[in-house]
Amino acid sequence: MNQPVNTTIAKGKDWILIWLYVILVVFGLICIFSVEFKTDDDVLKSLFEFKKNYSKQLIFFGLSIVLAIFILLMDSKFFTATPNLLYIFGVILMLATFAIGKNVNGSHSWIPLGFMNLQPVELCKIFTALALAKYLSRSETDFSKPKSQLIAAGICFLPAVFSILQNETGLALVYFSFLIPMYREGLPPGYLIAGASLGVLLVVTLLFPASSLIIAMSILAGLIIYFSRRKIKRDKGWLMLIVGLWLLAVSFVGFVVPFMFRHVFQKYQADRIFSLVGRDNPFVSDSTANLNPATDPSKKSKKLENYNVKQSKIAIGSGGVLGKGFLKGTQTQGDFVPEQHTDFIFTSVGENFGFAGSVFLMLLYFGMMLRMVTIAERQRSTFSRVYAYSVVGIIFFHVAINICMTIGLAPVIGITLPLMSYGGSSLLTFTILIFILIKLDSDRQMVLR
Amino acid sequence: MPVFNQSRKNVVRLILVGMFLIIVVRLFTLQVVTSKYKILAEDQGIFRKVIYPDRGIVFDRNQKPILQNTTIYDLMVVPGKIKGSDTALLCKILNIDSAEFHKRIITAIIKNRSYRPSVFEALLSEEKMAMINENMYRFAPGYYLQERPIRDYPYDAGGNILGYLSEVDSNFLKQHEGEGYLIGDYAGKTGIERTYERVLMGQRGIEYWKRDNKNRLTARLEGGIYDTAAIAGQNMFTSLDIDLQALGEKLMQNKLGSIVAVDPRTGGILCMVSSPTYKPSFLTGSDRKRHISQLLLDPSLPLLNRSVSATYSPGSTFKTLQALIGLHEGVITTETRFSCGGAFYGCGKPMRCLDIGTFDLRHAITVSDNTYFANVMQRVINNPIYPNVDSSLRVWDKYMYAFGLGHRLGVDVPSEKKGNIPTPATYDKVFGKGHWNFCSFRSVSIGQGEVDVTPIQVANEMAYIANKGWYHIPHIVDSIEGGDKFHLLDKFKERINTIDIPDSIFEAVHDGMQGVVDRGTGMGAKVPGIAICGKTGTVENYYRGVKQPNHAFFCGFAPRENPKIAIMCVVENSGRFGGTYAAPIVGFMLEKYLKDSITDKKRLERLEYYSNLNLMPPRILAMMKTQDSLMHRRDTAYLLAKGYIKILRDSIGIENEDPTEIIDNLKEEKKPVKPVPPEPAKDSATSQQQAILPESRKRVAIHDSIPRN
Repeated sequence: MNQPVNTTIAKGKDWILIWLYVILVVFGLICIFSVEFKTDDDVLKSLFEFKKNYSKQLIFFGLSIVLAIFILLMDSKFFTATPNLLYIFGVILMLATFAIGKNVNGSHSWIPLGFMNLQPVELCKIFTALALAKYLSRSETDFSKPKSQLIAAGICFLPAVFSILQNETGLALVYFSFLIPMYREGLPPGYLIAGASLGVLLVVTLLFPASSLIIAMSILAGLIIYFSRRKIKRDKGWLMLIVGLWLLAVSFVGFVVPFMFRHVFQKYQADRIFSLVGRDNPFVSDSTANLNPATDPSKKSKKLENYNVKQSKIAIGSGGVLGKGFLKGTQTQGDFVPEQHTDFIFTSVGENFGFAGSVFLMLLYFGMMLRMVTIAERQRSTFSRVYAYSVVGIIFFHVAINICMTIGLAPVIGITLPLMSYGGSSLLTFTILIFILIKLDSDRQMVLR
Repeated sequence: MPVFNQSRKNVVRLILVGMFLIIVVRLFTLQVVTSKYKILAEDQGIFRKVIYPDRGIVFDRNQKPILQNTTIYDLMVVPGKIKGSDTALLCKILNIDSAEFHKRIITAIIKNRSYRPSVFEALLSEEKMAMINENMYRFAPGYYLQERPIRDYPYDAGGNILGYLSEVDSNFLKQHEGEGYLIGDYAGKTGIERTYERVLMGQRGIEYWKRDNKNRLTARLEGGIYDTAAIAGQNMFTSLDIDLQALGEKLMQNKLGSIVAVDPRTGGILCMVSSPTYKPSFLTGSDRKRHISQLLLDPSLPLLNRSVSATYSPGSTFKTLQALIGLHEGVITTETRFSCGGAFYGCGKPMRCLDIGTFDLRHAITVSDNTYFANVMQRVINNPIYPNVDSSLRVWDKYMYAFGLGHRLGVDVPSEKKGNIPTPATYDKVFGKGHWNFCSFRSVSIGQGEVDVTPIQVANEMAYIANKGWYHIPHIVDSIEGGDKFHLLDKFKERINTIDIPDSIFEAVHDGMQGVVDRGTGMGAKVPGIAICGKTGTVENYYRGVKQPNHAFFCGFAPRENPKIAIMCVVENSGRFGGTYAAPIVGFMLEKYLKDSITDKKRLERLEYYSNLNLMPPRILAMMKTQDSLMHRRDTAYLLAKGYIKILRDSIGIENEDPTEIIDNLKEEKKPVKPVPPEPAKDSATSQQQAILPESRKRVAIHDSIPRN
């Protein structure tokens, strides 16, 4: 807004966000280059032959800039007018994937476009964000009503369901990020708390055998009942609450989790999740197995660390404080980390630039997100604000899960690092997401519906 | 509604900051606190390539290189790249069939995967290498030649001294932990290659290479700034005279035995011939493995360094030492006379002597009179100034130790045996305490019975006599180029002089020894114009209780004044007398060394005659014959050899030696009254002294010996 740039297109744009965007993409390009570069490569030649990933990513970057300028030149009313259409288009695209889709790495979620493969579920994030914003900004929507909450959830999770059906569980998880704008718009915190406790319970279930957990929870419930017996005398509802929660938790540990691991997750996914917590998968997908999956306590839990995660941790961990220097990472140069240019791009940052570089990158990402929160809060229209929070949520989920996956805090699910990972789909999606936000922000004085 | 939920923006911010902190803390532990991942990364991402320096070169006393380096080639293969190579031609050159070819390729793939190089054929012979090199364009890029440095022997002599290299085994690695040896490295296995391994090997260099996920080396780490350069091994100058060595080997061909010559002034070994020997070049190059098993299977034990590892009774050569003891103890004078009436009757059962007459000391040495020295030793043992035979034998032992017998000298050739000098403890064991006297071991007085010596000990004892009472520990290496960093040569600089014996006593013995060559039993060693002191010996011996032909001994030094060479020669089981074979051989050696060459035509003819003489004992020949037929019957000779190797290790001397032990022994022996380490009676009671496997040694009764000379 107060930038010295005086062209019309530059007027009122949030340059901090734009610069953060550019820095991150360029950083990503550098990292992709360091992954692919070999000492005897002719850089200039391969740059213009567009055979290497970094040169291809450069094209995608150029494409992104064109797209960004195009978005900035559009009328922002377009975005408030078309979300429903776009959303329907997105859903159709996802359905079409079932018919004309292409298998890539076991997931049936790609549509070949000739020059690149398009992943509709990526694109759908934009449409869903716009649709959610549109729905919540309608004057007739009262988000405190459960019916509205349900409809909003439906909008968000429909693409996720399709995505799971296409065997792309990782990207489906991203749709949980819409909980953040919904929370901001008045979703009762109980949902978040319940979700978080379920998450904790899930992790605990993975870490300990179910039988001992059930015993522990029973003892805990008994203790609470014992110490609050006076309150129970006054209020029978309290007792009901405790017993109800206990029943829920026990059934979750005893039935829901085993059921999910047997019938919902693919075996490799279940294995990955268990490898993360360092246990063998106790839920061998054998439908005739005993329903109560008490693991054999005598069996020492074996450390089955996923190869990818191990190599990723080695690469990052060997970086030290200041890193080995650009193009000097032995692990990066030796191609030890699989998928290093896409999902594991952060490992090259960790190895080449060390702790300092990694923290710097994190500061860029989280600075960007915090900047977006600030932008969101200065919007006058609900539409823009919901949309901004959606973008924050999406980027947050991507960054948090991707980084945690490389440093061994989350299971390996194929989620890209926004703006840095190699891949046109991902880069273009995030460019569109961010630049729609910038466009909406520059028009924040207009009344948008 | 927006105003109502305004505060929730801070919750969202809190979530963001919380996640940021979790990630940063985790990164901190991963990258800054833990070092595990750095080590793992180095293990898989960096390869330490060891650069082998050239081994040191060994020179003889005339600065001729006798052990140096040369290059040989290995044919390497990268199985992933061999498409399009002319396989048929390659098989033809290497003389293998396609089945063998496939086997090798598969082995290579199993060992090193198909994209990394493996050895296809190691150590190519010269003609194969030339043929492959000529046709390289047909094999590239799947095959290439890789240099490998090997040892080269310009004179192809002295195999037993120089030794050979072989791949280190797990035992070696355990003992030399921390010295940078890796599996697959080569180290000196025998000879001075082994003794001076630390000097010769040099300092290895290390190159750091980057390695990729398929274990291929890609580039130098940081352009090589962490690399250390290899430092070549130090060159060594020896006291060997390689021409003398070659002559000795020629003279000893087709005979079993040994020649050792020492420079008495320095203790430097001039030559150390052990026969049969092998060409050292036999054990390098392409057929090394086959040759080693061949040598190991040979019943004449060519790998055994008889000069230090074989023990024999010294026979009459021992009489010189008896004379020294007798004179210094004062039990005889040079004028003391004993007469030989056909036998020594001092102990009831007569011990025969062949030179009937009455002799003084000089004459007794010259004619090698048994009775005389039996009497001398009897006087020493029954000397009334000592309370009992026990203590007098101890005194006698003390002399023998001072002369360098009964213990390892500390020669810098590995696998030295210590021989045996009988001690009171020995006889206590055999006869019971107090149940023995001089007569129990009278044959010791003439160098038979329980006395065992190695050829190097005899040569050293000659140096001792030549020097009139002192010696340096015999050694091959005189000096090391660039300094003796490990202090391996210090002990050779020390003059060893345990007992002071007056020169006059030595003069008398010298007189007798000169008489041996001038007019006595050792006239065969005579060289015109040189005053030679010598002593013959004819040694009775037994193999598994069966009497074998005598060993011929001759030892001596020359010239008498300012001696330059002390020498000994043994020809095993030659039959006849010491003067018959050993003395002429020594004569040629002395002439060659002192006069630089043998020019007299008649002498040269004689030399050829002795060189061509085949004195292989019939027992060995018979064994060789069985061996051959055995080899014919089984083509799994190599497996056979493997079984043999275990047994042969002991005798060939692939054993441990701690040099400090030897030094400690020497120190101990300098004490006036020395508790003599008890010797196993079983061994000392044998009188056969052949280089045969230990388990075939059988105890043989102590014989009354009748050797003349």
